[in-house]
Amino acid sequence: MKMATSSERSPPPFPEDLEPEPDEVGDQDSDDGEDIFLGADNPLEIKMDHSLPASDIASSTKPLSEASSAPVMDILSEPASEAFSAPMMNLLMEPASETSSAPMVDLLMEPASETSSAPMMNLFMEPASEASSGPMVDLLMDPASDDLKEPPKPDINPLADIINDAPLSEVKTPVAAMTQEPPSDLFDDEPSELFAEPRQSNTAKQQQTSIFDEPDEDLFSEPLGEALKKPQNDVFKEALAPVAKASNVCGPLSDNYNEDPTDIFTEEAITTLPSAVSTVSVNSKTNGVHSDEEEPDIFAEATVELSLDSPRNDRKKKEAAKPSASASAPSVSASASKPQPKTLEELDEEIEDKFELNISITNPEKVGDGMNAYMAYKVSTQTTLPMFRSKTFTVRRRFSDFLGLYEKLSDKHTLNGYIVPPPPEKSIMGMTKVKVGKEDNSSAEFVERRRAALERYLQRVVFHPSLLQDPDVREFLERDDMPRAHNTQALSGAGFLKMINRATDSLSKMTIKMNESDVWFEEKLQEVEAEDQQLRKLHIMVDSLVGHRKELSVNTGGFAKSVAMLGSSEDNTALSRALSQLAEVEDKMEQLHQEQAASDSFCFAELLADYIRLLGSVRASFDQRMKTWQRWQDAQNMLQKKRETEAKLLWANKPDKLQQAKDDITEWEAKVTQYERDFDRVSATVRKEVLRFEKEKARDFKKQIIKYLESLLQSQQQLIKYWEAFLPEAKAIA
Amino acid sequence: VRSCVEPQIEEDYQAVNVDLQTDATLQVDISDALSERDKVKFTVHTKSTLPNFKQNEFSVVRQHEEFIWLHDSFVENEEYAGYIIPPAPPRPDFDASREKLQKLGEGEGSMTKEEFTKMKQELEAEYLAIFKKTVAMHEVFLCRVAAHPVLRKDMNFHVFLEYNQDLSVRGKNKREKMEDFFKNVVKSADGVLVAGVKDVDDFFEHEKTFLLEYHNRVKDASSKSDRMIRSHKSAADDINRIASTLYTLGTQDSTDVCKFFLKVSELFEKTRKIEARVAADEDLKLADLLKYYLRESQAAKDLLYRRGRALVDYENANKALDKARAKNKDVLQAETSQQVCCQKFEKISESAKQELIDFKTRRVAAFRKNLVELAELELKHAKGNLQLLQSCVGVLKGDT
Repeated sequence: MKMATSSERSPPPFPEDLEPEPDEVGDQDSDDGEDIFLGADNPLEIKMDHSLPASDIASSTKPLSEASSAPVMDILSEPASEAFSAPMMNLLMEPASETSSAPMVDLLMEPASETSSAPMMNLFMEPASEASSGPMVDLLMDPASDDLKEPPKPDINPLADIINDAPLSEVKTPVAAMTQEPPSDLFDDEPSELFAEPRQSNTAKQQQTSIFDEPDEDLFSEPLGEALKKPQNDVFKEALAPVAKASNVCGPLSDNYNEDPTDIFTEEAITTLPSAVSTVSVNSKTNGVHSDEEEPDIFAEATVELSLDSPRNDRKKKEAAKPSASASAPSVSASASKPQPKTLEELDEEIEDKFELNISITNPEKVGDGMNAYMAYKVSTQTTLPMFRSKTFTVRRRFSDFLGLYEKLSDKHTLNGYIVPPPPEKSIMGMTKVKVGKEDNSSAEFVERRRAALERYLQRVVFHPSLLQDPDVREFLERDDMPRAHNTQALSGAGFLKMINRATDSLSKMTIKMNESDVWFEEKLQEVEAEDQQLRKLHIMVDSLVGHRKELSVNTGGFAKSVAMLGSSEDNTALSRALSQLAEVEDKMEQLHQEQAASDSFCFAELLADYIRLLGSVRASFDQRMKTWQRWQDAQNMLQKKRETEAKLLWANKPDKLQQAKDDITEWEAKVTQYERDFDRVSATVRKEVLRFEKEKARDFKKQIIKYLESLLQSQQQLIKYWEAFLPEAKAIA
Repeated sequence: VRSCVEPQIEEDYQAVNVDLQTDATLQVDISDALSERDKVKFTVHTKSTLPNFKQNEFSVVRQHEEFIWLHDSFVENEEYAGYIIPPAPPRPDFDASREKLQKLGEGEGSMTKEEFTKMKQELEAEYLAIFKKTVAMHEVFLCRVAAHPVLRKDMNFHVFLEYNQDLSVRGKNKREKMEDFFKNVVKSADGVLVAGVKDVDDFFEHEKTFLLEYHNRVKDASSKSDRMIRSHKSAADDINRIASTLYTLGTQDSTDVCKFFLKVSELFEKTRKIEARVAADEDLKLADLLKYYLRESQAAKDLLYRRGRALVDYENANKALDKARAKNKDVLQAETSQQVCCQKFEKISESAKQELIDFKTRRVAAFRKNLVELAELELKHAKGNLQLLQSCVGVLKGDT
């Protein structure tokens, strides 16, 4: 409250700062504050860091739930309206009446009058209107960086200010515009309960914390714990952005935000998002308003969001610092709050656990006639992810659309070292048959095989945390009128293989040049190459097995007929009967072999084909890393040259050109640094991707091969059944 | 290549195709066999209480050609026209197998040591199997003869069993082969003529239609079963190769998935053995049975042909006698000839009927035995496979 100006930067509060706050803030805080401060010194720090993000999350959830794009305004308008105008009054009045009055008044009144300043308004209004995207982040980032540099001793005050400011300011001006009604709810429900009691005793607060304990632990406790180990800077940088945003976004949110600090400082050693949001303080009440109706949802969704989005956003941030508008804003905040501290593996697992996206491809349908005919597939998505417009939707896509999707993804992500799952190859043979319209077995099998391959392909894409975030993927899944993909021809069949081969060629060439600094990559690459070779070999063999099994099926069928004939000409009745029984057994075996051949092909051969293609992508990502390395090396060489030039110029005493040379050096130094960073980044991505790939590979292989073995097992069970039925017939021959 | 037949395995092959009455007075088996470069030497072992043998137990070494000589001597003997002559054993054919071994030797450089060893073992096993089958077929021929009430007393047969020197039978020369060929052409043309003649005896008429059809169908079934078994073997080979590639894949490093590959490889290695056994047993119990009855039904057809021929001769002799009587010229000669033909025909008919009945009995018994064994083996293998798969899936699932 003292430092109205500082309110602009929403700086992360630090523990030391806290102490003053309780005093200032008032009675309510004092209780809690004591607990907290007395009990947990260390925890406080942690909490501090996270409390911010936490509040963000809370706030960001709202937008997410609401179509994620426009949200800011909404948030401001709706909740604010409820929470603010009147609540302010309530806040002031009610609590005040309940003994704790003084502080409350302080909190609310002072800032309001003092600070509620214009800048705050600006902060809030601008970004809000701009839909929370880039600018927000910028805005937020600045202060953050500031804070980092001069870590927030004085923060508590500012925080407090902010807290007060935000709502207040809004109350003053915007509130008028936006809000008018709700406060009664807010304050009626919660304040009365929460406030009144808590003030007098801590129990109330404890209750509250307990209420929120559960979610807290799930979502946040972990990250918090880990956060300790991690550098705070990161956390702050990213966390700040959201925080600021939160405060900006809306009254209530800002309240939350404000709260957090207070809460953190006051109450909860275990502070976590929910607690912060819901805690008893004045600000929390505003949340309470939300909470009545929306909170549960918000949180529910928020959790999903968090688990899924956060990693991606992290990556994105690292790479591109400007998150795409709609999804990113919330997700950024989310990511800020927890993913950072988490290890990759944990994240991955979490993603898998909470993955709520099922994709299936069904109903392959021939569209058109003759050589212009094509197959269209129904792509159905079932999801609870908030990033999609609805929970279930279907679109129709043709094969080239899939290729087109790959092309788009590959263009964007291969550069960064990602392993982009490749689609199945075009098959001119197979398609021609389908086009010609032969309704025979092989073309039906072809269509089914392709359908399954496309399904697996798409599942791999959406299973990839980064790729799922790609707008093209969402467009592919959601958009009804996909523009036709062009030039997919380049990727078809042989072309695709050629591409992979080219990649490997250049790769091997470069390997010679590159003296690998990291043994891991060298070994992995060798492994990948050896594996590729073996898988190809295996694939050929499994194909051969499929062929022989089909042949066996046909021949068994032939034999069955032949035995049936033999049986019919046999003049011993019992033998004749036994022979025709044998023919029946062989008939069933024909079917069995046929089915087994199908599962050889679908479970085993297709799996191998998938992974041969995927290994191509893996190699491409190694290749990408190599290229980045090459670029860095080239830049270094160039820098070296420039330095030599400078030296020569110095020696030749040509000052006129010296400046140019110096500039060059600076330029190239920057480039070298940049390229080195790129290389490190790509290396890190490749490593991460390869590890992820291996995990998925292991899972896929286990799943598929076990499935395959189970099919073999069933075959054998059938076989036993057939022969057991036959045995008495054979024995009955006399 | 030299190999010996292990006695216990030989049991599998012994008396596979025919039901043989065991008669203590004359028991013949092949106790040993040696495969040399271009020939197989069978040690024929005889146990007998018959007085025309000098000893009760003795062994001689015989080659395939001598078996053929014995068979041909039966066929050519008019005395035996009324009997189904046991079909001659097929010529040992190791060429394909040898060729494969040779190719393997040439390709040694292009594969890994494990692959080579594995392939070599496989080919050797294949070679051994062919070898054993050959032995078994030769033995079956001797057993059939030994069990035949008339043929067992044949002098040539006794010489074949007892004479401990080379019988110095030579393979047929070109001229003789040509003669055989023409004889066969004439015979089959004649066979068609003879078959067209309506038989006076319903039994033989029925047998004739039956055998004609049966022979064709068993021929078809035999070739179809061969094809089926061949693709089964190919599939087993594929599984074998898959197992070894999986093994290579599994030894690349020691990650979880590699251990997984190793386990699957181990499983496939076992299942492919079973799968190969299934193919081998089907070959033994089914294909060989059909092949034997293909030859045996041919022998029965030959008997019917001889009888048919005799019938036609008899009828012609009757006609000639009628003519002679009408012209009253050469009546005596015609009568004699008619009587000879009549006797010959009746003699053939008399034994042929019993032979055909025996053929049927033998056939039914052999089919029963083989089909029961086949079903039992199939069950055994399927259960073995099932167990392997179940335990492996159990282990793998436990791992994941």
